[in-house]
Parts: sequence; structure tokens; C-alpha cells
Amino acid sequence: MQVDEKLVRQIVEEVLSSMGQGTAAPKLEAAGAAPVSGVEFTELGTAEKGTKADEVVIGLGPAFGLYQIKTIKGIPHAAVLRELIAGIEEEGVTARVIRVKHTSDVAFIAHTAAKLSGSGIGIGIQSRGTTVIHQKDLDPLSNLELFPQCPLLTLETYRAIGRNAAQYAKGGSPKPVPVENDQMARPKYQAVAAVLHIKETEHVEKNAKPVELKVTFK
Amino acid sequence: MKRSKRFEVLEARPVHEDGFVQEWPEVGLVAVDGPNDPKPGIKIENGVVVEMDGIKRSDFDMIDQFIADHAINLEMAEKVAAMDSKELAKMIVDINVPREEIIPLTTAMTPAKICEVVGHMNVVEMMMALQKMRCRKTPSNQCHVTSVRDNPVQIAADAAEAAIRGFDEMETTVGIVRYAPFNALALLVGAQTGRGGVLTQCALEEATELQLGMKGLTSYAETISVYGTENVFVDGDDTPWSKAFLASAYASRGLKMRFTSGTGAEVQMGYAEGKSMLYLEAKCVYVTKGAGVQGLQNGSISCIGVPGAVPGGIRAVLAENLITTMLDLEVASGNDQTFSHSPFRRTARTMMQFLPGTDFIFSGYSAVPNYDNMFAGSNFDAEDYDDYLALQRDLVVDGGLRPVTEEEVIAVRNKAARALQAVFRELGLPPITDEEVEAATYAHGSEDMPERNVVEDLKAAQELFTGPITGLDVVKALAKNNFTDVAVNVLEMLKQRISGDYLHTSAIIDSNFVVKSAVNDPNDYAGPGTGYRLTGKRWEEIKNIPFAIRPEEIGQ
Repeated sequence: MQVDEKLVRQIVEEVLSSMGQGTAAPKLEAAGAAPVSGVEFTELGTAEKGTKADEVVIGLGPAFGLYQIKTIKGIPHAAVLRELIAGIEEEGVTARVIRVKHTSDVAFIAHTAAKLSGSGIGIGIQSRGTTVIHQKDLDPLSNLELFPQCPLLTLETYRAIGRNAAQYAKGGSPKPVPVENDQMARPKYQAVAAVLHIKETEHVEKNAKPVELKVTFK
Repeated sequence: MKRSKRFEVLEARPVHEDGFVQEWPEVGLVAVDGPNDPKPGIKIENGVVVEMDGIKRSDFDMIDQFIADHAINLEMAEKVAAMDSKELAKMIVDINVPREEIIPLTTAMTPAKICEVVGHMNVVEMMMALQKMRCRKTPSNQCHVTSVRDNPVQIAADAAEAAIRGFDEMETTVGIVRYAPFNALALLVGAQTGRGGVLTQCALEEATELQLGMKGLTSYAETISVYGTENVFVDGDDTPWSKAFLASAYASRGLKMRFTSGTGAEVQMGYAEGKSMLYLEAKCVYVTKGAGVQGLQNGSISCIGVPGAVPGGIRAVLAENLITTMLDLEVASGNDQTFSHSPFRRTARTMMQFLPGTDFIFSGYSAVPNYDNMFAGSNFDAEDYDDYLALQRDLVVDGGLRPVTEEEVIAVRNKAARALQAVFRELGLPPITDEEVEAATYAHGSEDMPERNVVEDLKAAQELFTGPITGLDVVKALAKNNFTDVAVNVLEMLKQRISGDYLHTSAIIDSNFVVKSAVNDPNDYAGPGTGYRLTGKRWEEIKNIPFAIRPEEIGQ
């Protein structure tokens, strides 16, 4: 798809104005001073396949923001989701949010989101924070970018993940978001990560279809 | 609350960096005796298992069915089921009951029965049992050789050094998947430069891994994973039958292979069905047995943080190693992943396998610094070599490693780097410069290596993978460039693929290319003075660490 700068600028302006004052492109606050305290989801019925080529679909895990409200590092889900959306919108692309209920596997959450995305690009995120950028034509267990070590993900990383997903949606080949690696994350976090995953998996509804969400930040 | 200074000091200790979690048995976050672990039992009608561990055949999931139909010695099964588990445990620990009397009993147990039997043992008894039950008499060790930059010259040099340090098996993997053919080639050339007969593998997605083996660039495989609940198995798009099929593909090409599993995997994936980690792991060991595979890598492996966090978890990890040997399988016993921030916990966890000895105490030991370890870090790494040598020497235990001098390490690293340089030149791969050879000779890790042209490397690596080049071309390239001894070693490794002797249980290959396995080196431990003993030349070797002072030199 051909996108010239003018069009991008126009879209960005539209997006920014539609977001209203105060919520536009949230600044990255210092840790602990998250600009949003909470988030509300309204279910809008079964999520449909998007028709707009300039969207990225964010697939939330079954418990994200509902039964669990922060990542393994204690970052509020509201802030995480807002950074993902802000990153996408920063690139002039629309973010659409769905809840994936039939699986807690991050690869399948992301692949489900990608298949419903008009651009074919989706992001999947689990409650503990593990995130994948996916493309609809890839194998489910493959991916564009994988962020497996959730304890190392910060708000800045989530913003960058949103940006990169949007760039893929525009047909670009962005430089992958640098992945942190900490050999000692396993002994510190693996068991806690397992507990969080179990708590997410408890909310899996095997035959439920993905649901379109209206997101309201508080 | 006003803080106690004592507690503040304690909280600053490395052990407080570890994640300890209380049990949650209902979801399977429990080492042993899960609330849904079945009670042992078996019913057989007309040679068919109609009920196993309280589950009727009509209620079997695919794992139960595979185990009932393929993994249990039915002839003895009902007799063993009726025997008292505590008495069986005593027999297994008893030095007066030889291994060959135990195996017909243990291979006739159901998964729940074998868990009940080992459940009667404490860790010292489990180590006693492991010392007797491991298949091969001579203990051995495996290492990881990887590079965070997938630098082939560094991999070759590290493999050569690891070979002279004593590792009998070496495993590599990749940072970037497309580098795989180079990593496999570098490991092969490096290992055979260090010592002829070392087995090498490259852990990858299963089809690619098999193809590299078929090309003759690797000589065994290990990362074929099996799981203890149907949900987790299906998540990986697999069944016990598909894994058995893959196993036979390796066997038909004359390639050694073992499966991989470990406690904690099912609970980590959220589908443990309220069953304990050890019970589910026991089912993995049975799936391995049923598939006809000669061995298993277990000891929790990449999920070690899960059993490591709950009470009794490290005992359960030892128990899973022991169960593997009780089913007459080779065991590559873990110790291969970062486990704890505490040096005490790290060491204690490894002593469980180090002291009794296993087929491969580590699977593997990081032969590179952990920052280069692409398996996400091992419990011991290249910076722990001298500590490990001291442990062998202190306790008179053969942990598989040998002291080396700086001179011989430098020489062998240099030779491996030059050999790979020649192979790359002959095969038309992107050149290895003399500067790279020099850097690899003296390097500790990838930070000491000059950067390579990754784009060019990846292109050439793909061509190597899809093209006609095989292990034989590597032999020719080495021979043409006067690396005759290395060429002979690589050729001998290819010949092993035809003779197939190293497909026997627990096989390693010595420097004379003689296979040492459970067939010709069976474990005959029967108490003090029997079995493997660290004596003679090997003890002299382990004693003589270069950093011990000679008394005659003191005061001179």
C-alpha cells in the first residue's frame, strides 16, 4: 500500500483529535506514575474480520484487565494497553482491541488477533505481560517478534511493540524491538509466571469466539 | 515495623533473589502426591491392559493408551502390582540385589506404582539407587557450546577445548535459526579436532534437526519433547505416535537420539490436571520407553524454576532421573539451566547427580560463559571449570572432566579455528580471517571475537543447508588442507552411522572409536569395591589440577 507523508499526517491528526485532549499520545511518565489508573471493557459482540488495511488488532488474554490487573512486574494492565495503543497510533494506524477467550497461549492469542486484523498484523498479550507480534499467514507457533521474558518488559517496550506492529501493518520492515535477556530471570520468576498462567488458563472458554471490546481508560 | 538488621542482611543474600512459592496442589503446583494422582493398579485380560492406575481402558487418554499398549512389561505387571512398594524400594536401594534382578520388576510397574516406590526413598537412598540403576557403568558428561552471535570460529574453538576437557557429548543451538548449518559444522569440526569420537548435536525445530543429521553434520539428537498430559501434547501438534515415528526416522539413518521431558512442564503450560509434577514426568518416561527410544534427557530441564520453587522439588527432580534408569533408559540428567542465584543451592542441586554418577551428569554443562549460552544459561558454566575440578578432586568423584593446561587449550583452540578456516575456504563459504583465528584462539566469549558479515553468513548457511554438501565433503576439505587427523575423525564419525553400534543404550564413543554402552560397559554396581571406581590413571589425572602447589616448590 502506498502511503505518502501527507496522508499519514492527516490520519495522525484525525486520530489525535478523535482521542480528545488529555488522552492523546500519553507521555511516558516515570515508573510508578502511570497516567491511567484503570480500564473498563465493554463487550460489543463477536469480533469480526477487519476491512481496513490500516489497523492492528490487539488480542487480550482471557484474564487481562479483568481477573488480573497487572503484569508479573506489577505494571498496571491499563497502562500497558494504553502504551500499545499509543505506539500503534503514533504510526498513524488504528488500534482495535479484542478479547481472545478460547486459549491462554500467547502465540494463538496473537495469531487469532492477526487473522481478524484488516492488515493481517496482530498483537497478543497475556496477563503476565508476555507479548507476541503476529502475522496472519505465519504458522501459529512462528511470529514476527516474540517477547518471552515478561519480567523484562517495561512501558517503553510496550510502546515500541505497538509502533513496530503498526509499521508491519503499513508494509514496513522495522528493526525488531531490542529483546532483553536475563539468564537469572528463570530462577526468580518462572514459578510465579506459571501461577499467573494457571490463573489465566482458568478463564479459558474452549468454544468461545473472540469478542470486540470498547476500551475506556480511567 | 522497625526492621531487624539481621533480617535486612538475610534479605540481601542471593537466595532471596530466587522465587519460592507455596504449593497449590489443586492445579498441580506440587512436586509429588498431587490430589489427582491415581492409585497404582493394573488389570490385564487376554494380554490387554483393561485398567491402569484406576483408569478403565474406555477412559484412557492417548497417553494412557500408549503407555498401556507399549511401555509396560505385562508378563510381570500383575505380580509387581501386588508387591509392597516399600519392599520394592528397599530392593532397589539394597546393594545385595543386583540391577539385573531389579529391571524386570521396575519395567513392569505402572506410572503410579513407580512414583509410589520412589516416594519411599529420601535423597540419599535415591542416590544409592541411581548409582546402581544407571545403565552405563562409566559416568559421563555433556556440554553446551553456543555463541550469542552464532560465531562459527568461536564455536569450533570452544568445542575443541571442551573435548580436551573431557565432554563426550556436545550440544549447540542458534541465536538466529538460519545460522544452524554453520553451528553444526563448526561444532563437528571443533569437537573432532579436540578428540575423535565426541558426539555432537544441534538443537532446532525437529525437521531441520533431522535434516542436519542426515547430512552428516551432527551425530545425535536430543530435543524431541514429550509431555505428561494430552492437552500439552496436543498444544505442540503432536502425539506419542508422531514422536515415535520421528524417533524411528533417526534410527533408520543410524543416528543416536533421546527424548526430552521434565517436571514442571505441564503446570507451566497450565494443564497439569491437578496431578503432581513427578507423576506427570513419570508418564513422559513411560512414553519414551513405549516409543522404543534408548534414552531420555530429564531433570526438569527448562522448567527447573518451577520444581525449584516448591517444597521437595529438587528431590522430585532426582526422582525423575532415577525413574528413567529404572525403566532401563539412558539418562542425561539435567543440571543444564540456570536454577538459583545461591551458589549453595546450585551446587547442592547438582550433587544429586554428580555423586552417584549418571550417563550424562549435565545435559549440558555450559562450555562457554553463560552470557553466550543460547539455552538461556546453564547451572554451571565455563567460569566454574576449576570449581568443578576441585569438587571431583575433593570427593574422589568422576564428574567427567579433566584438568588441562593453558598451553594445550590455546593450541587446540588454534588448530580447530584453522581447521574450520580451511573447511570454509574449500567449501566456498564466507572466509574466516587470520584475525578471527587469532581471536578465537585466546577468546573467553563472543565479546572477544571480531564481528562477521552476518548477512553473507546467513546466505551461505542456507545454501549449505539446501545444497549437496555433506559430511564427506568436510572430510575431503580437511584432508586436502593437511588436517589429516581431523579428517580421519570426521570420517570415523560418519562410519559409525553405518555400523550403528552407538544406537545401543547409553552409548558414548572413546578416542579409539570404540563404543562404550550399556551392552559392553554395563553397570555392575553391587556395593563397596564394585561398579565404577575412580582409580589408576583416571584418578591421577583428576588429582593433578594445575593450580595445586607442589610441596617441593614451597619455600624454594
